[in-house]
Amino acid sequence: MALPALFGSGGRKGGNLGAGSQAISGQTLAAHPHLSSAAAGPASPGARSRRNDLIRSASLRLALVYAVLFMLSAIVFMSFIWWATVGLLEREVDAAIVADARALSERWADGGLPALADSIRQRVASNVDDDALYLMVAPGGATIAGNLAAWPDGVTRSDVTYQLRISRDGLRSLAEVEAFALPGGFKLLVGRDVHARVILKRLLTDTLLWAMLMVGGLGLSGALIVRSLFRRMVRNVAQTTRAIASGDLTQRVPLSGSGDEFDRVAETINHMLDRIARLMDGVRQVSNAIAHDLRTPITRARTRLEDAALHATSTEEMQAAIERAVADLDGVTAVFEALLRIAEIEAGARRSAFAELELSALLDDLAELYGAVAEERGLTLELTPSEPIPIFGDRPLLQQAVANLLDNALKFSRPGGTVFLGAVRDGGWARITVADGGIGMAPAELSRASERFFRAESARSTPGSGLGLSLVQAVAQLHGGQFLLENRGEGAPGLVATLVLKAERPPARIADRMEAPSSVPHPDETVPPLHSPP
Amino acid sequence: MRILLVEDDQTVRGFVAKGLKEAGHVVDQADNGKDGLFLAVSESFDTIILDRMLPGGIDGLHLLETIRAQNNRTPVLVLSALSQVDDRVAGLKAGGDDYLTKPFAFSELLARIEALGRRGKGETGPATRLVVADLEMDLLSRQVKRGGQKIDLQPREFRLLEYLMRHAGQVVTRTMLLEGVWDYHFDPQTNVIDVHVSRLRQKIDKPFPVALIHTIRNAGYMLRDE
Ligand SMILES: Nc1ncnc2c1ncn2[C@@H]1O[C@H](COP(=O)(O)OP(=O)(O)OP(=O)(O)O)[C@@H](O)[C@H]1O
Ligand SMILES: [Mg+2]
Repeated sequence: MALPALFGSGGRKGGNLGAGSQAISGQTLAAHPHLSSAAAGPASPGARSRRNDLIRSASLRLALVYAVLFMLSAIVFMSFIWWATVGLLEREVDAAIVADARALSERWADGGLPALADSIRQRVASNVDDDALYLMVAPGGATIAGNLAAWPDGVTRSDVTYQLRISRDGLRSLAEVEAFALPGGFKLLVGRDVHARVILKRLLTDTLLWAMLMVGGLGLSGALIVRSLFRRMVRNVAQTTRAIASGDLTQRVPLSGSGDEFDRVAETINHMLDRIARLMDGVRQVSNAIAHDLRTPITRARTRLEDAALHATSTEEMQAAIERAVADLDGVTAVFEALLRIAEIEAGARRSAFAELELSALLDDLAELYGAVAEERGLTLELTPSEPIPIFGDRPLLQQAVANLLDNALKFSRPGGTVFLGAVRDGGWARITVADGGIGMAPAELSRASERFFRAESARSTPGSGLGLSLVQAVAQLHGGQFLLENRGEGAPGLVATLVLKAERPPARIADRMEAPSSVPHPDETVPPLHSPP
Repeated sequence: MRILLVEDDQTVRGFVAKGLKEAGHVVDQADNGKDGLFLAVSESFDTIILDRMLPGGIDGLHLLETIRAQNNRTPVLVLSALSQVDDRVAGLKAGGDDYLTKPFAFSELLARIEALGRRGKGETGPATRLVVADLEMDLLSRQVKRGGQKIDLQPREFRLLEYLMRHAGQVVTRTMLLEGVWDYHFDPQTNVIDVHVSRLRQKIDKPFPVALIHTIRNAGYMLRDE
């Protein structure tokens, strides 16, 4: 009995699905070069760099990703349609052939050759659709039963499903058949006319191809839309930055007002631009001031040297001139160094030198250093003792800042005057105060006192370059604090200078000490109002 | 002293070398990092003056780190046009013993070099008593006597005198005092050091016929027995 074994090999099918999907994806692949060449534009001379730009363009990449995703999903979708229609039909034909063959084999087992022939005739007669094909032949090739004229050429093996062109009733058609060997040299052919299915398949292929074309078009236009959306969103930023790059620092990125992600990016950029503008202003102000205030001593030194070279009559005279010129140049160096130091502090680079330190001990030391100076000038320096105030800061800079304040207070004091130095802790703030009973300043000048090189009219006769308070201001800002300069008021002469610093930070915040300081105090760290001086 | 001077600016180098020779030192010169390194490792010096920015691939700090890695403990003074405090710290961290920013006064350089050279000689261990002429300082009991007469000093005055006595016979500049006695690394704008030295003079020199603390014009001070 060979038949059961034969049946075992029937019913494997489905290769067509793969072939079909290959055809479709071949179509999509063809769409890719089309897409990119359309986007890249004609390859004219000079178009090469433009093409490179386009490849690097984020908007184009986004568009391409969109198009590819869109088409991939279309392909998956269409493959499913193909599998669910044509594939299903094919599987049904296969199943029908196998079922037929199984039934016939049972007839053979029951009644032998005559029963089988009988049954075939019956089936041919009762097949309304006229799509079932049967043929049983004797060993000589003579037809015993069936609706095929002759055993088709080439159908020899029994484990293959054959696709054949057949001609029935003068009509050419397509069939799918399987052959089975029967004992005694008889052969059986079972098949189906699949003409209708072929028509359907062609129809479906055409439809899907057209659909694919449309999908391509849609994908492309979708990609273009995505690209222009993206472009519109970055265009504002690009325009602003371009304007700024070409020197117009007043430009800002317009906000849409919706508060979306792009608004937030725009806000951050504007914030950054504000800060850059402020720094640039500082640089401009400083370079103007340098031009102004350094020229004077340099000119003086130069004049002295030239004068000595031309007119000096003795070595002593020459030496004296040179010494004075060297002193002038030392003054220039000092100003220069102070400017650099202030710039360095303002840039926030010195945050890395922050450490925990104790303020009242620092003031003790400075009071000791300057107390002698005060005494020598007939003044009194009074230190108000305080409990320890731990803070987090840069020791040399704080020393320098307080020294500058003491220097001013002593310099502008009246003979016999007293200078007060003290520090108090006030909530999260440490407040260092230097008060004097000196000449004071006009209210209008107070706010300008910490500008670089600013010196009040009344200070012209005292030595100095007008950089002391600029440094104090910068140090205050570096420490997230504030510098305040006020008249003592209530008829008392003199000034009160207050340096407000953040008191010791909680250890958790120490980790972010590297963050760039903002010159604008954070809303939640505004400095508390000033108390009256000691 | 035998001094190695590594500096690329010819004017500065020539001027410094001349000044050092006038002060009685022997000076070897190099104008780039490679030659400087070669000299520093192949010969022995009492002090090295090293510019931070040098041509020839090896800059000052690199040179310094290299010789320190070879266990060469020669005192080094780093010269730099970078004045920022952080740069100073970097210079000292790399193994420098002192740091001076350009432009500098030659007197300042000379004073610091001579102080370094003496430190290099490793003095006589941790002294407990300093003596200059008839001035005696006991570091343990923290007592100062001159001509057998006890002198009362404030703690800071004591430290100032101690510094001067340890550098007796040498010029000590105001900046050296500010750094060495007060540990301040900023410009105090006023003549604070002069005031403190003059206070010290009141106690040490005034009551006695011979002055020990001398002002050196354009340079600083010197405590010396005359
Ligand atoms: N305590 C004070 N009393 C009166 N005026 C003051 C006082 N402090 C500052 N000023 C005024 O503010 C100006 C700026 O002070 P600032 O310390 O910045 O410069 P300076 O003392 O003139 O020079 P520098 O500090 O660079 O040696 C002074 O020139 C002076 O007019
Ligand atoms: Mg000042």
